[in-house]
Amino acid sequence: MAGDAPFVDQFSAAAPLPALRAGGLARYRAAGLPGPAIEAWKYTSLDALTKLGLLPAGGAPTTLEALPEAALLAVDGYRAVFVNGRFVPAFSALDGLPKGAVVESLAAHIARDPAAAEAALAGADDGTPLVALNTAFLTDGLVLTVDRGVVLDKPLHLVSIGRPPDGQGVAFHPRHLIRLAPDAVATVVESHAGVGGAGYFANTVADIRVEDGATLRHYVLQNQAAEAFHVAAVRLALAARASYEGFVLHIGARLARHELAATIAGDGVDCRMNGLYLVAGSQHVDNTTFIDHAQPGSRSRQLFKGVLDDSGRGVFQGRVLVRPHAQKTDAHQLSRALLLSRKAEMDGKPELEIYADDVRCSHGATIGSLDQEPMFYLMSRGIDPATAYRMLVEAFAVEALDEISVAAIRDAFATHAQAWLATRRAGGGA
Amino acid sequence: MASSIDTRERLQSVTDQAYKYGFVTDIDTDVAPKGLSEDIVRFISARKAEPEWLLAWRLKAYRHWLAMPEPIWSHVKFPALDYQDAYYYSAPKATDGPKSLDEVDPKLLETYEKLGVPLGERALLAGVAVDAVFDSVSVATTFKKKLEEKGVIFCSISEAVQKHPELIKKYMGSVVPYADNKHACLNSAVFTDGSFVYIPKGVRCPMELSTYFRINAAKTGQFERTLIIADAGSYVSYLEGCTAPMRDENQLHAAVVELIALDDAEIKYSTVQNWYPGDVEGRGGIYNFVTKRGACRGRNSKIAWTQVETGSAITWKYPSCILQGDNSVGEFYSVAVTNNRQQADTGTKMIHIGRNTRSRIISKGISAGRADNTYRGLVRILPKAEGARNYTQCDSLLIGDRCGAHTVPYIESRNPSARVEHEATTSKISEDQLFYCRQRGLSQEEAVSLIVNGFCKEVLQTLPMEFAVEAQKLLGVSLEGSVG
Amino acid sequence: MALLEIKNLHVAVDDREILKGIDLTLDAGEVHAIMGPNGSGKSTLSYVLAGREGYAITAGTIRFQGKDLLAMAPDERARKGVFLAFQYPVEIPGVAGMTFLKTALNALRKERGAGELDAMQFLKFVRAQAKRLEIGDEMLKRALNVGFSGGEKKRNEVLQMAVLEPILAVLDETDSGLDIDALKIVADGVNALRSPERAMLLITHYQRLLDYIVPDRVHVLAHGRIAKSGGKELALELERKGYGEFLGEAA
Ligand SMILES: Nc1ncnc2c1ncn2[C@@H]1O[C@H](COP(=O)(O)OP(=O)(O)OP(=O)(O)O)[C@@H](O)[C@H]1O
Ligand SMILES: [Mg+2]
Repeated sequence: MAGDAPFVDQFSAAAPLPALRAGGLARYRAAGLPGPAIEAWKYTSLDALTKLGLLPAGGAPTTLEALPEAALLAVDGYRAVFVNGRFVPAFSALDGLPKGAVVESLAAHIARDPAAAEAALAGADDGTPLVALNTAFLTDGLVLTVDRGVVLDKPLHLVSIGRPPDGQGVAFHPRHLIRLAPDAVATVVESHAGVGGAGYFANTVADIRVEDGATLRHYVLQNQAAEAFHVAAVRLALAARASYEGFVLHIGARLARHELAATIAGDGVDCRMNGLYLVAGSQHVDNTTFIDHAQPGSRSRQLFKGVLDDSGRGVFQGRVLVRPHAQKTDAHQLSRALLLSRKAEMDGKPELEIYADDVRCSHGATIGSLDQEPMFYLMSRGIDPATAYRMLVEAFAVEALDEISVAAIRDAFATHAQAWLATRRAGGGA
Repeated sequence: MASSIDTRERLQSVTDQAYKYGFVTDIDTDVAPKGLSEDIVRFISARKAEPEWLLAWRLKAYRHWLAMPEPIWSHVKFPALDYQDAYYYSAPKATDGPKSLDEVDPKLLETYEKLGVPLGERALLAGVAVDAVFDSVSVATTFKKKLEEKGVIFCSISEAVQKHPELIKKYMGSVVPYADNKHACLNSAVFTDGSFVYIPKGVRCPMELSTYFRINAAKTGQFERTLIIADAGSYVSYLEGCTAPMRDENQLHAAVVELIALDDAEIKYSTVQNWYPGDVEGRGGIYNFVTKRGACRGRNSKIAWTQVETGSAITWKYPSCILQGDNSVGEFYSVAVTNNRQQADTGTKMIHIGRNTRSRIISKGISAGRADNTYRGLVRILPKAEGARNYTQCDSLLIGDRCGAHTVPYIESRNPSARVEHEATTSKISEDQLFYCRQRGLSQEEAVSLIVNGFCKEVLQTLPMEFAVEAQKLLGVSLEGSVG
Repeated sequence: MALLEIKNLHVAVDDREILKGIDLTLDAGEVHAIMGPNGSGKSTLSYVLAGREGYAITAGTIRFQGKDLLAMAPDERARKGVFLAFQYPVEIPGVAGMTFLKTALNALRKERGAGELDAMQFLKFVRAQAKRLEIGDEMLKRALNVGFSGGEKKRNEVLQMAVLEPILAVLDETDSGLDIDALKIVADGVNALRSPERAMLLITHYQRLLDYIVPDRVHVLAHGRIAKSGGKELALELERKGYGEFLGEAA
């Protein structure tokens, strides 16, 4: 069985770090592609992916005519562009980084110091199948290092473009390393999009460490092409008093999964992970989070909202673990989904696993349609039903975007979200 | 229950008959050898003089069971079960059991005292070998008459197989198919006792069923099978269990309960489960692996489960409702208390199929000592469940920092007009609350009991009055020694 | 023998000394008022009397009816007749006020060798007391203090005091948060409990309360010590002058 797992036959021992990658391959082989048979993938199947016949990205183009609209953000910042998982300096803009903030491509890093790279890369691989697969095929990615106390003055915009060669699908496995030394501050925005009509598989792993007192704001716009499969795993380690603010906006892709696993390894940590997913057609969007409160006195907050139209399907799985002795943990999670169509579906599994008594932990989940009352109220003020409907759907969605604390990025994300909302018609399933 | 006396008589008469299967055991004892095999299944069926179709059903279940994996998804840990090291039919009387109350663990007796268990019942509960003639026999007969007048059938499942085969054939296994899960499958193969209730059309059952018979029921725990059918427009409230901790030589309990509510019918099923939980270190104790499910088949039908689970080393049960009929209602009210090394993985499933179906889940988990307490639930709204509603509230209370409390809800909706709401919280008894109570003169244990009862109030108030009072006491007793 | 005798009481919280040598004696039948700036240690004193955890008694003694109060568990003190009306009464969800009161009263009666009241007797007794404090049945049925307004909580504390008939009642700012009418009602309730066997310690910020409940002695607690004691006129003086003269001498 395991030998049949897709991609295994594409493994190349000739590429750099063969031992590390062979280890990843073995773990991936043993597990195979994940699917509903395992609890963590209960509601998401990658069957359609296996039918695509994807090629490794090795020979695929790494050039672009222009950045696609879907990836653009009206935000002043540094930029690092990746095409099919490979760093493209020509489209990037990394001049003027403050002293103590270094951006490098992973490929360059491996070439420069393979031993250090190998050591750094080993950490994130927790043996989950797709992270292992990523290890097996990793070649490039972004390496961001911010030294102690250094503040990255502008957001770093990481653009990832899938560009399958004509008529052929492609798979790529970027690995990003983000390291914030104590008291460093940085904002990283990712946007994911594609060009061309064929399918592709972006299997990204972001390995993030936020040391004592450091702050990372990490925003993701998933606006992949219609035929794309997008799986992004964030592996996050937070030291004492670290602060992480994550947000993911899903608009594109045929199938998308954003998976965050955060380990809170110190006290006074503030970990926020929020998201909005806008799903239509036959899209499938999965948000899976795991917050591991391994130390006392930290706080985590999660808000995920989804709007599901047509035959769209949304999944939210959120697990909060409070380990023994992680007293005074304060963890809250809320998942809210709006179903707009008779064929839409939402599946949720918010999960609390608590082993300490002096804690405040809660979660909430709702699934439903628009309330009739506000609808009626707006109409009674003379607003036509279609407008009222759009206003209310937008109000529902925008509340999630308000969680983004950087105004320029919130506005840029809102622009993309509004473009999607404008395409919705009233009356779907209401 | 009332019928257990009848059952014994019936069994006696059956076993007195010439035995048509060539089973090797000495026929004039009531005992089958240890272990599980097709022969044992046949033996049980023969002893009960069951019709062919039922034997065939049992065998089908048995064969299926052999190949079935153990459920592994729940949050409980225990060594693998040795199915061959158990009796499946009338285990011999334990020779090492206590001979009199003097030999019974004084802790247990103390508990009976606290719960106010009448003296006459204590020996029985503690497993002392007595040939008691129950006071309740006469009581039982009186009530039986009253039920008969109304056309209510309330008897043992074995008796029902003989007297009402058409109902058994039609409904048994229709809610919990034999292949549902490993434990239910085993039950289907080897069930030996349990109750059968049929409430005819339009009848409101004149009394809470089984209240008066709970002592008799004490010995029928292992592979119980209960089937309750509420015909159109009828109502019944069924009580199961007992607040006093019950000893049982059998470690594995795998009961199956099936409820069927037809148009406009209502079934209220209340359980107080207090099987032996094992000692402080978790030695001994019952594995309570129960499959309970109700089908709201008819329009406007209603099934309400209330459970107070304080006993057993391991509790694994998910009383569920399949809401087929339009406007049908499912409710689940649960208090699960785990202390010392107990483990509970319990919750419900609400499957919304019909239009305007409604469900409500209130779960209160209390964990103390080194126990683990998990709420696991599923709310599923199917595409045709227009206007369906679910509300779920799961609260966990932790007492001490070495226990665990977990909430694992699955929420699936495929209808935009449906509304599903789920909330869960985790908290502890605050020092301030405890101190406030003690300042008013309550002892530490009284204070804990009071606060815990307050925490569980929404559930306890759904219990029939008499049960509720007992359950309140029970909560206090179950948590003794957990604070301070 | 004095009813309550506090001698050289030193109390620390988390290694920080809060009470720095309190001496206070109450005889049966007396009402004493304690006033003092915020954070001076008034509530701390009340909690120590009631036996709350988290307070380290680093020196001193408290005798109640001649017995060592500090050696007793909180519920034991309560059953012996020490009552604290909390500055911030605690909410206990799901537990009806009536149920709570009945449990507490029966615990006390058991201690005093009186039989338990049956449901009817109890109801009658509580209703009569509640009526005086203008507390309706509806409030008694509700979960204890849950969702009560500030003033309702305080009135509920006084009701509990009236029902439990303590020997020593400590009222920690029971007047704060009461409207004018309620203050009068509560004061009447307290006065009704004044008796030769009973002593009361009123912690308050407002002279006004002492117009209604006239104290035998008034003490100023500042920086963890009784900085001044006097008759009821001391309260008037404080009202005029404030605590300025006590605040300078930081310990
Ligand atoms: N548990 C505690 N932990 C830390 N400090 C405490 C604690 N309890 C009391 N204190 C401190 O002790 C001091 C005295 O507090 P206390 O509550 O006794 O004051 P108070 O005189 O009642 O004030 P107020 O008039 O505002 O009610 C304050 O500085 C307070 O912050
Ligand atoms: Mg105070």
